[in-house]
Amino acid sequence: MKNQDTIPRQIWVFFCSVKLTVYILVLLAVTSIIGTVVLQNGSPQQYIDLYGKGMYNLIKVFHIDDMYHAWWFLFLLLLLCINLVVCSVERLSLIWKTIFPKQVRFHPDRFLKSTTKQTVTVEHNPDQIADSCETWLSRQAGPVIRQKDQNTTLLYAEKGRWTRLGVFVVHASVLLLLAGALVGAMFGFKASVRIDEGGQIRQVFAAKTREPISLDFAIKCNEFEVKFYNTGAPEEFRSNLTIIENGQESLTTDIRVNHPLRYKGINIFQSSYGTATPDAAVLSIVDNQTGDEITRTLQVGETITLPDDQGSFLLQGFLPHFDFRGHNLEETFFGKVSLAGEPEIQIGLPVKFPTFDKMRKGRFTFVIKDFEKRYYTGLQVTKDPGVWYVYAGFIMMILGCWITFFMSHQSYLVALQPMDEGGTCIHLAGRTNRSSQDMKRRLARMKTHLENQLKKV
Amino acid sequence: MNSSFALSSATFIYGLATVFYIGSFAFKQKKLATIGFLVLVTGMVFNTAGIGFRWIESYQMGFGRAPFTNMYESLVFFSWTMAVLYIFVELKYKEQGFGVLVSPLIFLSIAYASFDPGISSTINPLIPALKSNWLIAHVVTCFLGYAGFALAFGCSLMYLIKPGQASKDSIFSRLPDGEVIDELTYQMVVFGFLFLTIGIITGAVWANSAWGKYWSWDPKETWSLITWFVYAIFMHLRMMRGWHGKNLALVSIVGFMAVMFTYFGVNFLLSGLHSYG
Repeated sequence: MKNQDTIPRQIWVFFCSVKLTVYILVLLAVTSIIGTVVLQNGSPQQYIDLYGKGMYNLIKVFHIDDMYHAWWFLFLLLLLCINLVVCSVERLSLIWKTIFPKQVRFHPDRFLKSTTKQTVTVEHNPDQIADSCETWLSRQAGPVIRQKDQNTTLLYAEKGRWTRLGVFVVHASVLLLLAGALVGAMFGFKASVRIDEGGQIRQVFAAKTREPISLDFAIKCNEFEVKFYNTGAPEEFRSNLTIIENGQESLTTDIRVNHPLRYKGINIFQSSYGTATPDAAVLSIVDNQTGDEITRTLQVGETITLPDDQGSFLLQGFLPHFDFRGHNLEETFFGKVSLAGEPEIQIGLPVKFPTFDKMRKGRFTFVIKDFEKRYYTGLQVTKDPGVWYVYAGFIMMILGCWITFFMSHQSYLVALQPMDEGGTCIHLAGRTNRSSQDMKRRLARMKTHLENQLKKV
Repeated sequence: MNSSFALSSATFIYGLATVFYIGSFAFKQKKLATIGFLVLVTGMVFNTAGIGFRWIESYQMGFGRAPFTNMYESLVFFSWTMAVLYIFVELKYKEQGFGVLVSPLIFLSIAYASFDPGISSTINPLIPALKSNWLIAHVVTCFLGYAGFALAFGCSLMYLIKPGQASKDSIFSRLPDGEVIDELTYQMVVFGFLFLTIGIITGAVWANSAWGKYWSWDPKETWSLITWFVYAIFMHLRMMRGWHGKNLALVSIVGFMAVMFTYFGVNFLLSGLHSYG
């Protein structure tokens, strides 16, 4: 028989295997570990420093530097999807008739031979109690089918047949999640941007490639504020943003961590902050020969002539963090000093350490007295049209798991058998597609309940 | 009465419950297990009070916040979820036998929180990333999941240590039958799986509102997914391939190792966004 299978049929049979599912899941679980141990998305230099040249080549070949997007990892996910679809189609076609039967049938023997069967004997005749048993059973499990088998009256009821579909809901949710992720990867972006207080931007920069992405509107940062607790730990980061569309201010709002702005499919998140490059600084220049001091406000990029025409000073720029021999001197301005007859030198002027330039022992000492401190806000800007599929997948997965694990298809049979010496022997039996232990406990409870009901007859 | 007194008492009482359960197992005394159960319930009451007081104390310090935001608090809460779930299971299934394997876990978690000098019990205010309504839902569901897996682990260990045919005189005769253990392991895995699923999902939704990405392959996320894969394998093996008994118990033990790595290993050995516990 096997040799007669066509190739498509063989492929179908290959994918229609839970063994394959288990192998794929094991592979996914094991390979996923790699990306948590090996640095992800690092620079080539970082890899060479960490693992050596040879290992770096290996990492490159198997895309382990970005392994969750590597071809072989995506291929595993694709295999899982195919496996899942094939298995589900095959299984659904097998049990379709069970889930949606034209007519509900039952086999009394299967019930009456079960080990969990409960038995009650009463003095009444079957006919006297059949109706009250039927009402009782219908309250427990739904509409009752009543049959007569020789002397025995059979009452059958069932509930939860549809819950057999639960597992397909879970599997469909996995497909929906992955489809949502794919839509997000194809039509969305993840980017970031810095905006100085008072500044505005129309372009953001993609997270991985740093390529600019143009937005349909401009984002202006009016103000950034950071609050700290007494312990020094940050309490809140807040940016006040205005959206400007077609030259019109269309929206002004605050964003905080965990409270993003969503505008026309674009999501804007607070992610970082820092000190922006100031426009100007108040600079004091001390002539170490004469002791004279002058104080001037200087624009960044502006050059001034030093006293006595000794040369010139250019205020070049600013760094929020200046690393000096392993120490972070924090906010620091930079300048270029050109003295007559001496080579040009570049000097750093840390705001927090006013005596820093004195240690250079030059003719002039430069000190930053003051500057207007402004922050920049670091924003994460994303677009993800797939997120709603993912969320729908989340809801389906939770519902599907609940149905699969905590609900079941239960059917019950009550058989009323007349006894030779008069009275009735009532058999109560149940079957389920899930835990038989649960059914055992449930039948024991139902038996007590039934006994109490029958005492009232 | 304050939170540190209540939690120290809970640690001590859980320790006592463990002693009773082990005594019951070693001396084959059913009575000791019943006392152990009552002691465990008392410990759980103190544990609950401790968490409640900590919550109230954070308000008195001027920054009210839920007490689930660092390693210390998560360990205390882990003990609590395991204790509550165990008490529920013992009442529902009327099985005392596996208390001997679960009560040490309950005790160890809270004891580790108290005795490891590297784990600070001070109540600190929340950093901005943690200020979210998702915090409680995420932490509670994750730790209910972990608790389910911890109990499944206890059941599985029992399966492995119990000889196939325990004679009446053996101390192992006090342990439940293989069939019952098998069933309980499955029920606990199912419970854990559902809550881990909800935990990962609430985490993803939260990450999407905090960072704009519902999934970023952060080590914590990845390891929780690995754990999810292992238990998904467990389900498929049991339901579709008919695995039972020892082999399946081994899968459940591997799953719990993954849970432990997700919980501790990621924080202590790997770096990532999820550095708070």
